[in-house]
Amino acid sequence: MNKLKDTDIQSAIGWVLRIGVFLSIGIVLFGGTVYLYRHGNEIADYHTFKGVPDFVRTGADILHGILTFRGRAVIQGGIILLIATPIIRVLFSAVGFILEKDYLYTGITILVLLIIFISMLSGHAG
Amino acid sequence: MSVIELTIIILIGSYFAGLLGSLTGLGGGFIIIPLLTLLLHVDIHYAIGASLISVIATSSGSAAAYVKEGITNMRLGMFLEIATTAGAMTGAMLAIYTSTHYIAILFGLILISSALMSLRKKSGHITTHKSYLAEKLKLNSSYPTADGAVEYGVSNVAGGFFMMLFAGVISGLLGIGSGALKVLAMDSIMRLPFKVSTTTSNFMIGVTAAASAVVYLQRGYIDPGLSMPVVIGVLLGAMSGSKILVNSTSSKWIRVVFSVVVGVLAIQMIYNGIMGKI
Repeated sequence: MNKLKDTDIQSAIGWVLRIGVFLSIGIVLFGGTVYLYRHGNEIADYHTFKGVPDFVRTGADILHGILTFRGRAVIQGGIILLIATPIIRVLFSAVGFILEKDYLYTGITILVLLIIFISMLSGHAG
Repeated sequence: MSVIELTIIILIGSYFAGLLGSLTGLGGGFIIIPLLTLLLHVDIHYAIGASLISVIATSSGSAAAYVKEGITNMRLGMFLEIATTAGAMTGAMLAIYTSTHYIAILFGLILISSALMSLRKKSGHITTHKSYLAEKLKLNSSYPTADGAVEYGVSNVAGGFFMMLFAGVISGLLGIGSGALKVLAMDSIMRLPFKVSTTTSNFMIGVTAAASAVVYLQRGYIDPGLSMPVVIGVLLGAMSGSKILVNSTSSKWIRVVFSVVVGVLAIQMIYNGIMGKI
């Protein structure tokens, strides 16, 4: 096992996590300000489950909402980036294991990515 | 209640949830979900969605620091993530078909057992026994201490793997990190040094939560207006918590107080679940 490369990958992974969290929180904060400015005085109702509003439901809707500068769409964009952060971390690990020629762990990492992908599809199906 | 009032209350509540969660190692979700459901009467589905997002933020934020120190066993984490992500996917699917009463009752039960586990005395064992599977999977490693690198072995890989599967299901079903269960699997079953099991567990929590978050996101459980104050509050609280932890010597006292609070919340969740109020 090559310890030097292990450390390189570790610091790269540390950076991926740090940048992902700070960037997404920044976006959420920005979208939140817009949302509160526009809708702050409305009555909040989360008592019964209705799902989220239509304009933050699918990727295309969220993108459209961000482009038309809707606060909650921007927040949801930040949240999606946050969810993606650990997944991107797994991708980086895969690259690291490939560089180390550790094929067992490249396989394990790809399996984890595959499970997340299947999970994504299963959510879509319902 | 107006949107701005609710946002401010959740922001303050989440800050303290993040603070306590990081001081005790239980995570913020344990306070967030009762806060939102019992106090603010938010539907438990929204609460689970928001909590899950805050779990990803705190886990990723602190994992970044731990990874740099080289204590995290990344191979072990990666291998066990097969179990936790598969479990989380199953848990998120189950959540859709499980009545909210049962979710509330299960939440209360897991909450109590996790609080008890966090009070448990930590044994300082290190096993050098190298099992066949751990050797094959290159799981045995070393971690840096003040007296130089300490070598350790991993036992009962299969047992730990199954425990992780369960931890994943709970995480996906209840929207918490289930860090206590993950630490239990690595600390008690796989016999890892405590520092390695806590940091590796934390490292895995983000990916586990992401695997169920992708389901919740598409089902409309993750509401931006609600998640925004939760994620910001919990993250800020966890950051303050990690600063206090370095300077504080009274952590035993904090744990006891926290366990009492958690016990009361857990009983409330179970009671409301049984009465059908959640």
